[in-house]
Amino acid sequence: MGMTTASIRASARPDVAVIEKAHPREKLIALAGNPNVGKSTVFNALTGLRQHTGNWPGKTVTNAQGVYRKGNTDYRIVDLPGTYSLLSNSIEEEIARDFLCFGGADATVVVADATCLERNLNLVLQTLEITPKVVLCVNLMDEAKRVGISVDLKKLSQKLGIPVVGTSARKGHGLEELMTAVESLTEEQAEYHPVSVRYTRVIEQAIQSLQPLLERYLEGKLPSRWAALRLIEGEETLARRILAVADLNEEETAALLEQVAAARRTILDSGVEESKLGDVMVRCIVLMAETIAAEVCTIPCRCRERDRKLDRLLTGRLLGVPLMILLLFGALWISIAGANIPSQGLAFLFNQLEEALTRLFTYLHAPRWLHGLLVEGMVRSLGWVVSVMLPPMAIFFPLFTLLEDVGYLPRIAFNLDHSFKKAGACGKQALTLCMGFGCNAAGVTGCRIIDSPRERLIAILTNSLVPCNGRFPMLITLIGIMVAGYVSQGAGSVLSALLLAGFLVLGVVATLLVSRFLSKTLLRGVPSSFTLEMPPYRKPQVGQIIVRSLLDRTLFVLGRAVAVAAPAGMFLWVMANVTVGDRSLLAISAGFLDPFGRFLGMDGIILMAFILGIPANEIVLPIIVMGYVSGGALVEVGGIAQLHALFAANGWTWVTALCTAIFCLFHFPCSTTLLTIKKETGSMKWTLAAFGIPVLIGMALCAFVATVGKLI
Amino acid sequence: MNRTLTLNQLPIGSQARVSGLLSQGRMRRRLLDLGLVDGTLVKSIYASPSGDPVAYEIRGALIALRDEDSAQILVEA
Repeated sequence: MGMTTASIRASARPDVAVIEKAHPREKLIALAGNPNVGKSTVFNALTGLRQHTGNWPGKTVTNAQGVYRKGNTDYRIVDLPGTYSLLSNSIEEEIARDFLCFGGADATVVVADATCLERNLNLVLQTLEITPKVVLCVNLMDEAKRVGISVDLKKLSQKLGIPVVGTSARKGHGLEELMTAVESLTEEQAEYHPVSVRYTRVIEQAIQSLQPLLERYLEGKLPSRWAALRLIEGEETLARRILAVADLNEEETAALLEQVAAARRTILDSGVEESKLGDVMVRCIVLMAETIAAEVCTIPCRCRERDRKLDRLLTGRLLGVPLMILLLFGALWISIAGANIPSQGLAFLFNQLEEALTRLFTYLHAPRWLHGLLVEGMVRSLGWVVSVMLPPMAIFFPLFTLLEDVGYLPRIAFNLDHSFKKAGACGKQALTLCMGFGCNAAGVTGCRIIDSPRERLIAILTNSLVPCNGRFPMLITLIGIMVAGYVSQGAGSVLSALLLAGFLVLGVVATLLVSRFLSKTLLRGVPSSFTLEMPPYRKPQVGQIIVRSLLDRTLFVLGRAVAVAAPAGMFLWVMANVTVGDRSLLAISAGFLDPFGRFLGMDGIILMAFILGIPANEIVLPIIVMGYVSGGALVEVGGIAQLHALFAANGWTWVTALCTAIFCLFHFPCSTTLLTIKKETGSMKWTLAAFGIPVLIGMALCAFVATVGKLI
Repeated sequence: MNRTLTLNQLPIGSQARVSGLLSQGRMRRRLLDLGLVDGTLVKSIYASPSGDPVAYEIRGALIALRDEDSAQILVEA
């Protein structure tokens, strides 16, 4: 294996994420498992609100840890990324493996899916090679029971030689027992002898030839059998790490490498091809998992019947795509329609707050500018953002999480993969696109699920081509204005809905076209391979969904929006109230932008509003209104009819409304999204691209519509 | 009478045993991790609306593979 002693000696100790214990008595527990096995449900159920999320050092992979208290002992639980294997196919696998090897956990819980135990045992067996202190948590026992699969946990425990606990984490069943098993394992109350995978005779001989030397060098810092396997396998980065841990001098390194080379030669001489060495090892693990699963699981042959029927409908040639659009549209419609009343309620509360504050300021004889800056500027724009943004988000995110929880989202990716493949992108981009409908910043973060860096970048750059919740209200209002003057109210709502659907389709089409363009130019490449697991449909846990999506998504996104809206509101107030000559700064800038705005079918005020609305898209429309009435601060918006009258008085035609709507769909992402893109890509260049691409599309379309509009 | 074909040629609803992988690198590893070692029974379950990708049942799990990836998997039916 092409390593020299020098090259290895030069490499430093592995940079491993060290999780600090809060106090020495705390136990560190690693939580591992395949994707889609309910690992996060187990994690959330155990740690509740006592958790903290961040990133693994230097990686864009989320690191979540939380504390579970049992008796007097605190267990710090570290949620490792979901992986199929520990043989380092991806950053996630590397992180999980490194933590198991070097993270110093007192015990590891591997979460497995009872309905798909065989595949899950692969990871269990690999984990056991690294650490003997493992508790197997067979989750989704309720789902298994429902489809008629039974798992003999006692026999499984005997076969594996480790404690096995069945859980239904979504119902909270079995978690006490799980932690009791963890407790007795960390307290060494029970003795276990974990099984180890038997490899072929030549490989076993090779392992044995290396083990004594490794035993001596590693001094228990890593299991010698596992280290021997990895060295024989010859994957370089991992071999370097093992040697770094052993901390050998030049002579010892040379001796070890010579032995490894000899062991490999023996295996290759026996007729195993060098390229197939890894395959042979994996095969032994897989077959062992198969044997164990066959002995402990009873699977009725028709257990998937219901899922298959559902899938024939939801991914069917005829109905798959229409049903998908209908579901998405339904979710959007519920968000929009259901948000009205709470929106009005929140707006009312903010008005009350404002009045109370105004009274307070008057009582304190505060200067007028301070009142203007803080109340008319900051509080009022906060009010706009919270009352317009919070209700639709609080409805849309749980609905989205519901579709996720049921297991429908991977089916969307399955349905749309072909279109994305033709665009040179990844099918999973369909999922991040859907998340973008909720919030582009959340969508950009979601792009982490895409493995290929090239395809992830495409997904990030195109995410803001679909309207987020902050832009939906504006789109709907603009469509209302477009329609208002022309048709009766009854026909108007149908036409509005159709136009909104049209804008959504336009956004998706633009996403595909831009993705295709990018993969033909800046991000050239062929679509990479991907495997998409489609988990069984599961009954959703509605209560948990609401709590988690409110905590994880809604409040997170809202918090960031508020953080930018408050200073933006103050800035806006200054712009509108500081005058040079007899015109405010806002009016002067708008006048400056006016010719360009007219060229794009809009006007200076509208363009100004988009620029000032960078912190949060939902303040764009209020700024336009403010610009027209010159009130000096954001105003409360009345109904569509009033708006239509106001805008018409300021020279709006249907072309203005259409161009504004197009620009609303295609313009620069909000500052929160831009910051997220900067964080995710780590590159100013790509952040600028994400800024420029939608603007260029928007300007081109608007200029086209404006020119055609003038002709007819 | 066994005949060798690639997985993407397997008609929907029928099953076959894996007899070799042509894919290389990470994809090969990923397929092996999913349990696609020689001798594994794979069943073609259904296709997406456009016919590609296709969902396969592999060791109790439902996995979607793109046409060009399943063309790299040899099976015996």
